[in-house]
Amino acid sequence: MTITQLEIQLVAAVVAAACALPGVYLVLRGMAMMSDAISHSILPGIVVAFFLVENLNSPLLIVGAALTGLLTVVLVELLTDTRLVKEDAAIGIVFPALFSLGVILIARYAGDVHLDLDAVLLGELAFAPFNRLEIAGHDLGPQGLYAMGAVGLLNLGFILLFYKELKLATFDAALATTLGFAPVALHYALMALVSVTAVAAFDAVGAILVVALIVGPPASARLLTDRLGLTLVLSVVLGVACAISGYWLAHVLDASIAGSIATMVGGCFTACYLFAPTHGLVAQYLMRRERRWTFARKVLVIHLLQHEGLPEATRECRVDHLQEHLSWTASFARQVVAQAEDQALVRRGEGRLWLTPAGRALAQEAVVHT
Amino acid sequence: MDALIDILYALATDYTLRTVALGSAILGLVSGALGTYAVLRGQSLIGDAISHAALPGIALAFLLTGSRLTLVLLLGALAAGWLATLAIMAVTQTSRITFDSALGLALSVFFGVGLMLLTYIQQTAGAQQAGLDTFLFGQAATLVTDDVWTMAGLGAVALLGMALCWKEFKLLSFDPAFARSLGLPVRMLDTLLMTLLVLAIVIGLQTVGVVLMSAMLVAPAAAARQWTDRLGVMVALSMAFGVAAGVCGALISSLVANLPTGPTIVLCVSAIVAVSLTLAPRRGLLWRYLRDRRTRVRPPVAVPADENGRP
Repeated sequence: MTITQLEIQLVAAVVAAACALPGVYLVLRGMAMMSDAISHSILPGIVVAFFLVENLNSPLLIVGAALTGLLTVVLVELLTDTRLVKEDAAIGIVFPALFSLGVILIARYAGDVHLDLDAVLLGELAFAPFNRLEIAGHDLGPQGLYAMGAVGLLNLGFILLFYKELKLATFDAALATTLGFAPVALHYALMALVSVTAVAAFDAVGAILVVALIVGPPASARLLTDRLGLTLVLSVVLGVACAISGYWLAHVLDASIAGSIATMVGGCFTACYLFAPTHGLVAQYLMRRERRWTFARKVLVIHLLQHEGLPEATRECRVDHLQEHLSWTASFARQVVAQAEDQALVRRGEGRLWLTPAGRALAQEAVVHT
Repeated sequence: MDALIDILYALATDYTLRTVALGSAILGLVSGALGTYAVLRGQSLIGDAISHAALPGIALAFLLTGSRLTLVLLLGALAAGWLATLAIMAVTQTSRITFDSALGLALSVFFGVGLMLLTYIQQTAGAQQAGLDTFLFGQAATLVTDDVWTMAGLGAVALLGMALCWKEFKLLSFDPAFARSLGLPVRMLDTLLMTLLVLAIVIGLQTVGVVLMSAMLVAPAAAARQWTDRLGVMVALSMAFGVAAGVCGALISSLVANLPTGPTIVLCVSAIVAVSLTLAPRRGLLWRYLRDRRTRVRPPVAVPADENGRP
């Protein structure tokens, strides 16, 4: 592994970590698509700031872009507040309009400068090590690493500082308002962070991958845990893992790094979606199946309890009677009885079923509690 | 007046302009019609997800067939967009992941896979892939008559499907629970509507591109919603707005140098939205302002609700 490769992976990992932190809150608040809107609509901000300072490396470009990101949020809120369109429609109207404006500005006035649309949308991580940060002649490493590192620390600091407030505003905005936590201000602060993150990340990884890294790892983490703190940690870990494995996937295929990282994010989410311990598809299926058997066993013991000691018991408590009485199929009835026997809830004898003390206790409890 | 005659003359004589205007009109017509349902069902942003998700389909279609025929690439886009839609529906229905997260994931992951495939193609197949990245931003000027026919054919299928299931889609959009209670196959209808939506989106990819396609679905419908409370009128208006924006955008971009068609169309449709939000009778902002001033009080703003009680 060369130094360049190491640096690319470092930048990718830092971008992933910086994106995952605010991403958790976007995903939890149901505003994941805001990241898409912001990451697209920063384009006109970059263009306008470029016209003002005429320097592609100026930090003012980042300021301009972050301001347009906030403008997007404000416009969406204003549109939604008129109650003439729903929020998702408002997003779908605002960001394409701003993005179009950016594309037109570039096409008309910036045709000859290096402000490449592809680069904005797709990014090129492989170029990250070429922009070096040099202070007094000393090479300190890629600029992107420092920019993203700073943004990541900013995100982390904000979340640590306002952890409690953000938590409350996310899960119970009404209570947060009542207690005077100013959820609206927090909302805008969070959106400002997303804007700054998107801007800092886009020239490393492009607008689309920003969305993948903001939404993907938090959505995956959400399937793994119910705790906010753990969600944050897991999101960062998963994001970094996707970034590094994505880099190697790109290395093997000789394909776009950003695209490969997004592919890994997809793979990571699919794995969580299928195999997450309690919220995964497989776990849910197993749980549902187990519940069906548990319920069937309860029905069986309750049925036996109902007829216990009564004259019709000999007829009612035969295995083949369960079919007509509980409308079970023969094989289902056989399996339920076998399970109940295994768990010592019932026993066979004299051609019928008898409740064991444990079975009777379960039946009595089930009748009372369900 | 002279300018108008000039434009009509150009439309009649200029092949490129005529093709582009016709293509944009078809795009506006179909996306305006189907976008109505997306907006009414609160799924406005699905267009954004589907249009991005089409990229791997285009790349794979090219990789597998080596063909650059518009129809082949569009079929690939259709397949990938459809797959993404099914994935979004499945994830939202079977897990705790919300609709917006599923959209963001499908959008970025499918697009990322497409980007990976595209760069893979580029380094294996040399420079032959030119024409694929026009789908990213759309290049209306590259439209030829065959493309317009393809668009018209796919668009006709989408509109026909919508017309045949008119009553069912209406019920599905406003009261899915009631539709289910009537015994309608709600899930199948949902999938069918989504499929038609994918069709509408795929049609627009070449003209306005992946990024801006979502606006063509949302904006005409959101504008039309302001003028009426009736679904039929809304669909008709939305189609009209879509066509108007498409043709105006194509014309303006042909008259001014260095004005890309896709973004111009989107700005036109955004202007229609702005006008509708301001001027529409009863709902519009100006109307509301005048009414508030007349009554000299400011009661809670009441927006006329549709038959489902939604604004």
